[in-house]
Amino acid sequence: MKPFVSPLSLVPRITMALLAFPVLAGLAGTVIPGLGWMPALGGTRFDLAPWAALVSTPGIWRSAGLSLATGLGATAISLGAVILIVASWHGTRAFRLIRHTISPILSVPHAAAAFGLAFLIAPSGWIMRALSPWVTGSDRPPDWLLPGDPWGLSLVAGLVAKEIPFLLLMTLAALPQADADRSLRVAAMLGYGRVSAWTKCVLPRIYGQIRLPVYAVLAYSLANVETAIILGPSTPPTLAVQLTTWMRDPDLAVWLMASAGATLQVLIVFLGLGIWTTGERLARRVGYAWILHGGRLPNDAVLRAAGGLLALFASVPVLLGIAGLATWSFAGFWAFPEILPDRFTLQNWQRAAPGLFSLSATTLTIAFLSVALALVLVLGCLENGTRRRQRAGRWALLLLYLPLIVPQIAFLFGLQILGLRIGLDGSLFAVVLAHLIFVLPYIYLSLADPWASLDPRLGVAAATLGASENRIFWRLRLPMMLAPILTAAAVGFAVSIALYLPTLLIGAGRVPTLTTEAVALAAGGDRRLIGVYGLLQAALPFIGFALALLLPPLVWRNRRRMRIAA
Amino acid sequence: MLRTLFTTLASGLLFVSPSAWAESPDPDPSDWPAIVEAADGQEVFFHAWGGDPRRNDYIAWAAREVEDRYGVSVTQVKLADTGEAVARVAAEKAAGRVADGAVDLIWINGPNFASMKSQDLLFGPWAEELPSWRYVDVDGKPTVRNDFTVPTEGYEAPWGMAQIVFYHDTARLPDPPRSIAALGEWVETNPGRFSYPAPPDFLGLTFLKQAAIALIPEPDALQQPVDDARYAELTAPLWTWLDDVTPGLWRGGRAYPQTGTTLKQLMSDGEIEIAFSFNQSEASAAIANGELPDTVRSYVLKDGTIGNANFVAIPFNSGAKEGAMVFANFLMSPEAQAHGQDPAVLGNFTVLALDKLDADDRARFDALDLGVATLSPEELGQSLPEPHPSWMDRLAVDWSARYGVRN
Repeated sequence: MKPFVSPLSLVPRITMALLAFPVLAGLAGTVIPGLGWMPALGGTRFDLAPWAALVSTPGIWRSAGLSLATGLGATAISLGAVILIVASWHGTRAFRLIRHTISPILSVPHAAAAFGLAFLIAPSGWIMRALSPWVTGSDRPPDWLLPGDPWGLSLVAGLVAKEIPFLLLMTLAALPQADADRSLRVAAMLGYGRVSAWTKCVLPRIYGQIRLPVYAVLAYSLANVETAIILGPSTPPTLAVQLTTWMRDPDLAVWLMASAGATLQVLIVFLGLGIWTTGERLARRVGYAWILHGGRLPNDAVLRAAGGLLALFASVPVLLGIAGLATWSFAGFWAFPEILPDRFTLQNWQRAAPGLFSLSATTLTIAFLSVALALVLVLGCLENGTRRRQRAGRWALLLLYLPLIVPQIAFLFGLQILGLRIGLDGSLFAVVLAHLIFVLPYIYLSLADPWASLDPRLGVAAATLGASENRIFWRLRLPMMLAPILTAAAVGFAVSIALYLPTLLIGAGRVPTLTTEAVALAAGGDRRLIGVYGLLQAALPFIGFALALLLPPLVWRNRRRMRIAA
Repeated sequence: MLRTLFTTLASGLLFVSPSAWAESPDPDPSDWPAIVEAADGQEVFFHAWGGDPRRNDYIAWAAREVEDRYGVSVTQVKLADTGEAVARVAAEKAAGRVADGAVDLIWINGPNFASMKSQDLLFGPWAEELPSWRYVDVDGKPTVRNDFTVPTEGYEAPWGMAQIVFYHDTARLPDPPRSIAALGEWVETNPGRFSYPAPPDFLGLTFLKQAAIALIPEPDALQQPVDDARYAELTAPLWTWLDDVTPGLWRGGRAYPQTGTTLKQLMSDGEIEIAFSFNQSEASAAIANGELPDTVRSYVLKDGTIGNANFVAIPFNSGAKEGAMVFANFLMSPEAQAHGQDPAVLGNFTVLALDKLDADDRARFDALDLGVATLSPEELGQSLPEPHPSWMDRLAVDWSARYGVRN
């Protein structure tokens, strides 16, 4: 071993610092005001007044419970659905169809998907329009509490519809390393049905690889704002929505309470993760017993049909909702119960057109830079780990995932003050760095497991043939990782494009993107404009995902074994 | 690893001093030629709620004019909520940034203004030194100097009048209830067809205040800060009325529209029969835009409706105060006011006194067709004054406790 420190070995430290420093500093800037300390705003004494105010807020525990229940529920349902879909259909022709209908939803921003879904299921929405008046017997919409039902079911549905595509993508990225086909063949020969074979032989290997994405989904679902505002209950809303309202209050005492609330939100996320990991342990024990028991479930037609139905439920409503928004974006007057507008117009698009070019350019620049930077850092970390034969430790991983697990709302305000102090705000560069905090974990998330599953014997073989470490990286590992790298980049791209709060707070409003513009306009609740911007917001990541899917087969057209089994 | 991290963290917080931003001397608003000269070439970031595309277009028009005439470049930072900009300025103060802040001009009124003013987050006084100020209708429209009873004292400049206007579809509801009491009865006999945005939404709170003015025994008490001793007694009739009305609201009062503009959507979806807005020509504009049927008409309550003014204010740490003043002055000019009152543009009523204008400028206003569903200034009548901001805070808190947790 060489005695000096190679630059590569510094990459993990730089990466950790880039992620953890802003999050921890930002978090400190939130937790401390929650304890009453904010000298600039007159809080100069540590006390629990903000916490007292928080816990005496009517409905606060219901809000917190609602966050916990909808977050855990949405994650469990999404994961269960993905397992059932993949277990029952993977490797069949139908699966291609399922994948191709579900994947585009990945690029639809949460808010647009939620608005689309809301327009579909509302009493004055598309479904009721289709049924009125000939089935309902009325040309007035009924007064049903939907979306926004008190149990949060529409909220869970909205989250599930968006999380299934993400988990499916992560599962598919992990599959090639799991050697599923051979195991399934053996299991089939032993008389196992498709679903039980997959669940017993492949899932245990896959779950380890998708566990972190699942945690990210859980943390997101527990703290999301956009979907909960649009589809969630409102009397009271989820905690994250409540916090957003408080943080916009001109009364400073309310801010201190909001800081305490943000700390509570962090605790809820950790509690949710605790419940989930306990559930994992239970599932593991039950699953182990089930495997030993040897149940083969050879006739699983019902289960497979359920998997297919789930796939339909996961994709069709959102796609219809998006079609609804697209229709709105061209709509003139459109009253209930007409199923289509009286007339179509380009007016809404024309109104948006003048600013679109520069908005898209800024959005793409930020996304490209943050994704490129993140890829370099993540690949550097992974390659360093491979060369030193060490994997990231638990603490390192925790720091890495901190930005995904700590709710945005809990550290961005503190981060903004930090950015102001060091004079790093209001510039494109600052926004790129802020995006990096969120993009990098997702890219690591998408790449770490495929990377770890690369057969180490390949590297050894290449080294025996005389290849240097660098040559092995550039000519062997990197090309073999092409598909996961592109998928990871597309995910990072979509994450960057959809970021609202970091762009607004760190960009000081001076770096407008499609998303900041879309959210500002959506504040008016006009479905026509939401349609225009929702489609635009979905279009950019969609191109990214399409490239990630199309490029590898093109590059590997002469390498049959490199193609992902569809 | 962790130790390195914390050292970095500490050094970041301690060693970078905020004094990097030196405070520059504030401009003198009374020296207008000097203001115009200094403004040339400045870049003004105007933070304004961005949910109304027509208002965004109007701001873009004004920005183009000011760029051409004064060389001031104005960019609208479209906010989802004005509180975002208020929080921004407060955060900058907290971080010691006393010059060259992110916000140069902010569309503001009511509690946000009261809060910023009391925290010394605003530059001023300046508004009453502007050349356009001489046209402002300070006598006929007292709210241009009293923002929710808080004297503006030149810390913000008015750029449009707002008044609560109700609207209904004459094809479905020919004769709408024209008082709060009548509205209450109507809601009880027509359940599910009326709602208001959930406080603390601005319009939702305004509806509560409108009801409070009609229902509480001494409406004059609303003009004073809340008297804790009498609060419960004074507001009791309001809560009784709301208790009676709430089960008959849209969704039985278990969900509320998020914002004022959602009301318009619900109206066009046929979910509700009566809606209201702070923009006097919302109905006309929505008809022209294909958002509402052409049978919709506006009305005000018998005893009048709450009115106020929209203002722009300059944060204490703006780096382009001169440019911001030049833009505010243009927004207040007869030309920009007449353009804004055109329902084809924005339909926002002017803050100016027409009798103070010269004949040419007055002709701009006389030429306007206000639109089929817009009330004339006479029909609108004298607006009711806004209660003191402390009422808004108290009503919001109590509303949340009583109706915000019905599930």
